[in-house]
Amino acid sequence: MTTRLLEIENLNVRLAAGKAARPILDGVSLHVEQGEAVGLVGESGSGKSVTCRAVLGLLPEGAQAAGSLWVDGEDILTMPSTRLRELRRRDVSMIFQDPRASINPLRRIGDFVTEGLRACGVPRKDALKRAEELLESVGIREPRAALRRYPHEFSGGMLQRVMIAGALAGGPRLLLADEPTTALDVTTQAEVISILTRLRAERDMGMLFVTHDLELAAAICDRIYVMYAGRIVEAQPTEGLFSRPRHPYTSGLLAATPRLESDEPPHGVPGRPVSLAESPAGCAFAARCAHAQPACAREDPVQREIDGAQVACLRAEELIHD
Amino acid sequence: MTALPIHRRRFLAPLARLAGGDKLVTAALTVLTVLIIAAVLAPLIAPHAPDAVDLSATLSGSTPDHLLGADQSGRDVLSRLIFGARTGLLGPLIVVVVSTVLGMLIGVAAAWHGGVVDSVLSRAMELVFSFPALLLAIILVAVFGVGLTAPVIAMSVAYAPYVGRLARSVALQEKSRPYIQAYRVQGWSGWLICVKHLLPNIAPLILAQSAINFGYALMDLAALSFLGFGVQPPTADWGAMINEGSPALLQGAMLPALAPGVAIVITVVAFSIVGESIADRVARREQ
Amino acid sequence: MTEYALEVEGLRKSFGAHVAVDDVSFSLKPGGALAIVGESGSGKTTTARMLVGLERPDAGRIRVGGRDRSDVARGKATRLARAREIQMVFQDPYLSLDPRVTVAACVEEPLRLHFAMSPAERRARRAELLARVGLGEREADALPRRLSGGQRQRVAIARALATEPKVLILDEATAALDVSIQAQILDLLAEIRRDTGVGYLFVTHNLALVRHIADVIIVLYQGRVVESGPTREVLANPEHPYTRLLLHSVPRPGWDPAQIAADRRSLAAVLRETPNPPASAESPHHGPDPDPTKRSVVK
Repeated sequence: MTTRLLEIENLNVRLAAGKAARPILDGVSLHVEQGEAVGLVGESGSGKSVTCRAVLGLLPEGAQAAGSLWVDGEDILTMPSTRLRELRRRDVSMIFQDPRASINPLRRIGDFVTEGLRACGVPRKDALKRAEELLESVGIREPRAALRRYPHEFSGGMLQRVMIAGALAGGPRLLLADEPTTALDVTTQAEVISILTRLRAERDMGMLFVTHDLELAAAICDRIYVMYAGRIVEAQPTEGLFSRPRHPYTSGLLAATPRLESDEPPHGVPGRPVSLAESPAGCAFAARCAHAQPACAREDPVQREIDGAQVACLRAEELIHD
Repeated sequence: MTALPIHRRRFLAPLARLAGGDKLVTAALTVLTVLIIAAVLAPLIAPHAPDAVDLSATLSGSTPDHLLGADQSGRDVLSRLIFGARTGLLGPLIVVVVSTVLGMLIGVAAAWHGGVVDSVLSRAMELVFSFPALLLAIILVAVFGVGLTAPVIAMSVAYAPYVGRLARSVALQEKSRPYIQAYRVQGWSGWLICVKHLLPNIAPLILAQSAINFGYALMDLAALSFLGFGVQPPTADWGAMINEGSPALLQGAMLPALAPGVAIVITVVAFSIVGESIADRVARREQ
Repeated sequence: MTEYALEVEGLRKSFGAHVAVDDVSFSLKPGGALAIVGESGSGKTTTARMLVGLERPDAGRIRVGGRDRSDVARGKATRLARAREIQMVFQDPYLSLDPRVTVAACVEEPLRLHFAMSPAERRARRAELLARVGLGEREADALPRRLSGGQRQRVAIARALATEPKVLILDEATAALDVSIQAQILDLLAEIRRDTGVGYLFVTHNLALVRHIADVIIVLYQGRVVESGPTREVLANPEHPYTRLLLHSVPRPGWDPAQIAADRRSLAAVLRETPNPPASAESPHHGPDPDPTKRSVVK
């Protein structure tokens, strides 16, 4: 068996300390192959961002993780911190939601893009040359001049491109994108996504794309995981997810999304999204589910495969959502 | 004596709750509570009258009758320290109350109106900033004569810009929040929005600053008394006590000057800790 | 008596040298739903803020039910009368409620300001308003921090409805909510419009949403109206290149972000050459659009 680029198996994360002690993730398993774009979709409190950050070994303060989390066959959770730093510099990069909050405002763009390279021991001149190429590849005009400018001189969309350039500097094979376009306008979003997908394809990188927007994930990802209350409830190739959602939550999300091409008005899912800590025994979605039966509130739904889809719903076999 | 720990626990429990379980803050609050009780009940708990002279004990050092000794004139240092807490706390209290009210009014008015009002008020605050507080106090002493009045007026004016500048910046931030704008859209007058919604929401941060200011005002007023511009002898006052006690240092008697000095430091630190903890708590809540 | 709930004519606002809103005109029928669409910097939020009086227009007229509200409100009576004309729901439900005021007090405040009611009447009306948005007595006693984003936005809607406005402005009011909650709020808004006949003015960047909530759409680009008309027609046959770009930018199956990026650059290049397209005599963005059901495009 070839090692996968990213493999998370049965990841549990819980905050341990004092009054705030609560579970965050429960049995999350997912994988990303070399060159594959994978979406991780969920609403607030679903644990999608925690999962994504855990890949870099960035857990919330006071959190304990159990399970395993392999990047290229190496376990992140047991890795010494020097190796983890090296991994973050070279193999795995992350693009955050808010570029303005994630780039040091007092340092020049050139410093931001080259800092990873410099830390790897690349000479300053070569690093700058490389940064210039990177900025050009993300569509920044006059990249040489841009290296000397400061973050406040760029718009949000331009700064997000700079962040992408910085993330690509170490030549990573796995890209983690945590809602990278949520703060941007729709037309800017399209532009940033086009850059991201092009560079990902060119460099044959794997990508884990975290978003709340099912449509956006569908537009760029090969496979999609849907999270609810700290668990993965469904995983499918994109076409399958849209044409035959297996989990009532997925079909609820699809029905709630307003569509340009359809007259069907969006239908809300009753209730509100819960986090793992708030969710009762049994299926966390049962209270909001139109198909819930008494058993749903008692038994934990076990994830299983049905026609190429991973589903965690007791009634998955009977229910087909079109 | 088994009742004592329970009694102590009962006394500390509300303070600990107030401090949010932080030991340092609990200690600071305890110190301040003890000080305030001492100041209020001074005549009841002080072992001697502050002006009572016991010439046999002059510069005696610690004795069973005079726990912190007696000064050059044979007055009990502990009793003077306890009575000194009255002027020591009353002066800064007035300074903090007046400067907080003044600063809040100026800061919020500047932030709310903006434009010309903001420019005028901000320049006025800078003007006061640029003038040394102690110098202002000394000039006012020349006008009003020595005593607590002139230094307290001077410090109230001098501290107002510190509060005002902070109030202006937090009020500006608060003013731009949608909930304040929602009240404007509802048709409330600016005055009512400020009083009912803006002020209560920025008050905790301002109070944190004021608690820290309390310590500084106490130090400044003590300095003025030490220099002879503030509270006049024979009234018991920590600053004046250091001044009166300093010659005794040459004769090897530390306590008359050291005791009020330590009292000042402990009080200032306690107020700073409490102020910082309020600020921290506000910051946590903002998240 | 005019047939429009809201008429806006030649609205203009600049901040320093930057013209944020330039000659914007539109009108809204009583009980109608109009969407102002554009990206950040298009002037849509500034327009909304001028409508509710948070910003003062440099030029232009705003009329609600025929009464002018373009000038600064002088005196309490004017201020209150205007507050009963237009209300607003803000984007961020976490910042639009006073953290120290309970839900009940939050809804009762405008009632106390605007209507002479006995405490019992006020409580009854408050319960009615909260029930209207799907909240009960349990939520009424709560402080905002105990509520979810969706519940807070319901409170904000109840508060806005308390003054019985003719027009409700919804400034990206569902953008911060989860998708499953957004649809609930949209259902609620549709229901309220049906029952009360209040007119909606949506300010949004989400075209997929606009399709389902607004009868009329106006597209703003760099402070100007570039296209307007009935939502269905504009979305089915966008005529202005910017409207087309916006439409294509909505993610969906078969989406081609690279093409959109190319279109965006060429549009920016075209508009750089003619930053202020000359307005012809019959240019529809001059004067109030007499009939919002008609299409109009600025080339």
